[in-house]
Amino acid sequence: MNRTTLDLWVGLFVIAGIAALLFLALKVGSMNTVNTSDSYEVVARFENIGGLKVRAPVKSAGVVVGRVVDIRFDNERYEAAVTLRLGKHYAFPKDTSAAILTSGLLGEQYVGLAAGGDSVKLKDKDQIQLTQDAVVLENLIGQFLYGKAQEGAPQ
Amino acid sequence: MLRRAIENLGNRTVQGIWRMGFAARFFFAVLLHSGTAFRRFGLTIREMYFTGVLSLIIILVSGLFVGMVLGLQGYETLQTYGSEEALGILVALSLVRELGPVVAALLFASRAGSAITAEIGLMKATEQLSAMEMMAVDPIARVVAPRFWAGVISMPLLAALFSAMGIFGGYLVGVQLIGVDEGSFWAQMQSAVDFEQDILNGVIKSVVFGVAISTIALFEGYDAPPTAEGVSGATTRTVVTSSLAVLALDFVLTAFMFRGLN
Repeated sequence: MNRTTLDLWVGLFVIAGIAALLFLALKVGSMNTVNTSDSYEVVARFENIGGLKVRAPVKSAGVVVGRVVDIRFDNERYEAAVTLRLGKHYAFPKDTSAAILTSGLLGEQYVGLAAGGDSVKLKDKDQIQLTQDAVVLENLIGQFLYGKAQEGAPQ
Repeated sequence: MLRRAIENLGNRTVQGIWRMGFAARFFFAVLLHSGTAFRRFGLTIREMYFTGVLSLIIILVSGLFVGMVLGLQGYETLQTYGSEEALGILVALSLVRELGPVVAALLFASRAGSAITAEIGLMKATEQLSAMEMMAVDPIARVVAPRFWAGVISMPLLAALFSAMGIFGGYLVGVQLIGVDEGSFWAQMQSAVDFEQDILNGVIKSVVFGVAISTIALFEGYDAPPTAEGVSGATTRTVVTSSLAVLALDFVLTAFMFRGLN
């Protein structure tokens, strides 16, 4: 086989391979890891984070605006400190509240942000003051049973 | 009798360690003499044609069928939980993380690795390698290194093509044949597959497999006894050893890459 046909085939092979990689990168996966350069980090403290994990999405109005980058236990306040990395182009008011929510009945847990009305925006390394813990199923069932028992109790 | 058995064991151990050391030295010699493979890139391109382009048919067809089977089987299982839309996630993640790199590497080892071993082994048996040395041409630089780099470059491309073809197969069966909603098939796949964590790790895996398969195939060929029987034994050993190496390496890499993800 002469040299040029060989080069042509190998060239086609390389192009096909790179096209496949691009297809995987753009169509199958998404570059949803927020870069450090165009993002800022805020900390939210929760008494209970339930099953929240690092890399879980941060959503506001259902749109992914960032990711959970770090979860650690604060040994002074006995709370969980969750670091959220948000995209720079998403600015939130200072009195924004964070809640740990579940997508679907058995789905993954994510952090939901509800914007407040303050005119001052959250900055890097700021703390979100208003937080709402994850719902623990056992507590919920306990409350339900307690309520039922109260209902059935003789007046 | 017992003494004989112990002697035998000792001999095998020493032989094994000697071979491992020889293989490691061979690997570093190939890396050291890679200059020619890049200066005269035509040599490497020629080998990429034989290892990469000619493996395309088997890789593409197997990828398509693996994806189609994943689509059918995944649908059957997901249906019982009422989450057929997650079919895209199942097909894409299993292909990109595991099946793409591993199955492509196994096919590559049996399609191209065996051919490399047979070729080098026969070159040695017919004293072509010694003839090169007589002409002051380094056979490692001229014959071995281009084949090594051709394998290392081809492997990730083949694995990516395998994964892409498999996802297309899953799409054909899941969306076109069974009727899973097309929008949620792709959308759920995109939200679950991460570029760095899943796709890049898959590419890294396939590069490692490429290095392992090429090294084993070339070493077995270079080390083969110069007889017809020796070459056939070396070819068999290439396929067995490199398949086992791919599976073992896959376990180690997966343990490092995906532990603590979820």
